Amino acid sequence: MKRLDWRRAGLGLAAPVLAVVVAFVVTTAILLLAQDPVGAVWGQLLKVPLPRQLVAVFNAATVYYISAVAVAIGFRMNLFNIGVDGQYRVASFAAAVFAGQGWLPGWLNIIVALLVAMASGAVWAGIAGLLKVGRGVSEVISTIMLNAIATYLVSFLLGKTAVKVQGSNATSTKSLPADSRVPGISVDGMLATPSKVYGLIVLAAVVGFVYWFVLEKTRFGFDLRATGRSETAAVASGVNVKRMVLTSMLLSGAAAGLVGMPLLFGQDYLYGDTVQSGLGFAGIAIALLGRNHPIGIAFAALLWGYLDQQSNGLQIAAGVSDRLVLVIQGVIVLSVVIAYELVRRAGIRMEQRRVARQLAAGDAVAPVTEGAAV
Amino acid sequence: MSTSTLQETPRDEPLPGRPVSRGRPWWFWVAVAGVGVLVVSTVRVITGANDIDSAGALAAAVALAMPIGLAGLGGLWSERAGVVNIGLQGMMILGTWGGAFFGYYYGPWVGILGAILLGVAGGAVHALATVIVGVDHIVSGVAINLLGTGVASYLAVRTFTGLPGGGPTQSPPLEKLPTLSVPGVGGGLTSLEGSHTWLVADLAGILKALTTDLNVLTIIAVLLLVGTWYVLWRTPFGLRLRSCGEAPEAAETLGVDVVRYKLLAVLISGGMAGLAGGFLVLVASNLYREGQEGGRGFIGLAAMIFGNWRPGGLAGGAVLFGYTDAIQLRGGGDVIRAFLLPVGIGLVLWGAWQLWRRRQGKPVTGVVTVVMGLLATAWFLLSSRVPDEFTGMTPYVATLLVLAFASQRLRMPAADGRVYRKGEAG
Repeated sequence: MKRLDWRRAGLGLAAPVLAVVVAFVVTTAILLLAQDPVGAVWGQLLKVPLPRQLVAVFNAATVYYISAVAVAIGFRMNLFNIGVDGQYRVASFAAAVFAGQGWLPGWLNIIVALLVAMASGAVWAGIAGLLKVGRGVSEVISTIMLNAIATYLVSFLLGKTAVKVQGSNATSTKSLPADSRVPGISVDGMLATPSKVYGLIVLAAVVGFVYWFVLEKTRFGFDLRATGRSETAAVASGVNVKRMVLTSMLLSGAAAGLVGMPLLFGQDYLYGDTVQSGLGFAGIAIALLGRNHPIGIAFAALLWGYLDQQSNGLQIAAGVSDRLVLVIQGVIVLSVVIAYELVRRAGIRMEQRRVARQLAAGDAVAPVTEGAAV
Repeated sequence: MSTSTLQETPRDEPLPGRPVSRGRPWWFWVAVAGVGVLVVSTVRVITGANDIDSAGALAAAVALAMPIGLAGLGGLWSERAGVVNIGLQGMMILGTWGGAFFGYYYGPWVGILGAILLGVAGGAVHALATVIVGVDHIVSGVAINLLGTGVASYLAVRTFTGLPGGGPTQSPPLEKLPTLSVPGVGGGLTSLEGSHTWLVADLAGILKALTTDLNVLTIIAVLLLVGTWYVLWRTPFGLRLRSCGEAPEAAETLGVDVVRYKLLAVLISGGMAGLAGGFLVLVASNLYREGQEGGRGFIGLAAMIFGNWRPGGLAGGAVLFGYTDAIQLRGGGDVIRAFLLPVGIGLVLWGAWQLWRRRQGKPVTGVVTVVMGLLATAWFLLSSRVPDEFTGMTPYVATLLVLAFASQRLRMPAADGRVYRKGEAG
């Protein structure tokens, strides 16, 4: 039994490692085809990051992590929430508008703004949930549509609520009051850099912990995973699948609502038309790479942040566009899902062979022991 | 991972013993089109929004409908064979680069081939992942969207930087494809259209948009649509391909090489999506620009669903979405406002009919419809134009509404999105 578990752990790790290796090979092939300097590119990408860059990696990973957890909540339930992208933009906008008013003092403002973000993310995801439960509309299609609608809706509302900044034609919400900003965590003790890690990295940790606790340690989480694995079995054991779908969509949306919060409270202090987009799709990739596991997602998010950060120097160091990192990330996702599928099937085959061997051995052995006993 | 997610649309299967309806007769659609023109021309005269069906707006609508329609055709080929393809967007982006690169060096005709080639390459990756390995279709599609975006923008920086008029995110201007006109009709129609007479001007505008300055690629796209319909619904090859999307195991027992058909369908799908990208580069604008596809791959997917996985419906969806796109680009907030009037009145009438028809049943749907109709009418009366953002939203909202209110009438291929493994029949 022990040996089998080791083998399974090996199989589990084999896929991501394989994917990274494949991504390395494919990217090298692309670089060779495009006649770009292979050595210089990898030299830059695999360089040890400076302390300042390390902080940036963690900051980027914080945001990616929350996004991936939001996606993963859906995945565990067999729901494909492609709409994290739209949900976090709607939620960030709502939270920025609310917090910018400064109706509440200091930390209270921050906490209520976080709740506003969760609620608006949940509402936006809830539309897709209701459509699925009530009308049988696939959440994949409805969330794709809702992403686009969110883009237009937010830009319309931003136009309505924007404040004019002197000497700039960027539109944005009102800037947060100084007492509602979350201070960064200084890492002076460990790294020699003045730059700070987002204070809301704590939020990411909390989200990860709650995700793990609710899914693995509560009855609700068990029902959710059961429904994701086998809907018929869940129905048979008394799970209300429709309510489950709606609830997990709302939870996924609420988590998605938090994606933009570290940026809002730790860096931008406002929501403008220059706000980072596409975090939701990165979240899908990271959740896939991390196999929906809270720790796995953390490593995947760090990898994404690391690649983002290292790519910044590509243009200068190797004369290659930093867009290359998008290629690398894309290849990693694609090869990781292929690798998981191949490994899963290899695992099944090994299991079948083991059982067959045991059965064959059992048939041969059984009469002998019987005879010996008699 | 979520193989069952796309199969939950309720299906209306014909009861045994009842004749299978083959859709409505052709004159029904002619009548619909006729009533449509009547309504539009009446609205135009009432509201004075002359751009509602001007030849310029309609020509722009036709041109903008093509990439959407081609992307939708890509979706149709693949989904009819049972492979969900949300990677259309990525394949389309690859097509934009292919069209621009080959179009710049070898002329626009080779550019078309280049766009198709790059799209097919994207399709090949999707086919490898979904058909050969058996990865979840949505997962693979998402990955291809990421990959396509990355590869195209990397290649664009690599190939267009330093060319005259080009840059990291933009290609040099490209040579245009030729356009065709029916000779000798343009002048007369223009003056008729300029008169703004009820009905006459509208028909003249429509005719002019359909007969003058049609791009060759537009004609090719329409031929591809008709060809797709013919091949998929009127040939043994098409029947086999669709059987792979409806019941792959049954098809396998009849000797159809399901894997081969699926592979071919996804490759064709990629080619169509690539051509859609090529259209954007070679016809809609005359250069590659990063982000120019603007989510049209997803709109194509929406058009296909809107059109109930059928070529005719897909064409209708593409024209409708192309039209809203055109109106938005022409700054036609007043045109969209003009449409609120017939839409509002129509919804109120429809809701009233629903209420009258099922007096005993639950009145919820009817009430919702009436309320929405009243809201639309009120919006028409209280505003002078609809903000551009709402115009841009229209295709997506329309698709959501169709999914929400007509999902009983939609019928996707039965085995769409299901991972098929050879030899698992029975």
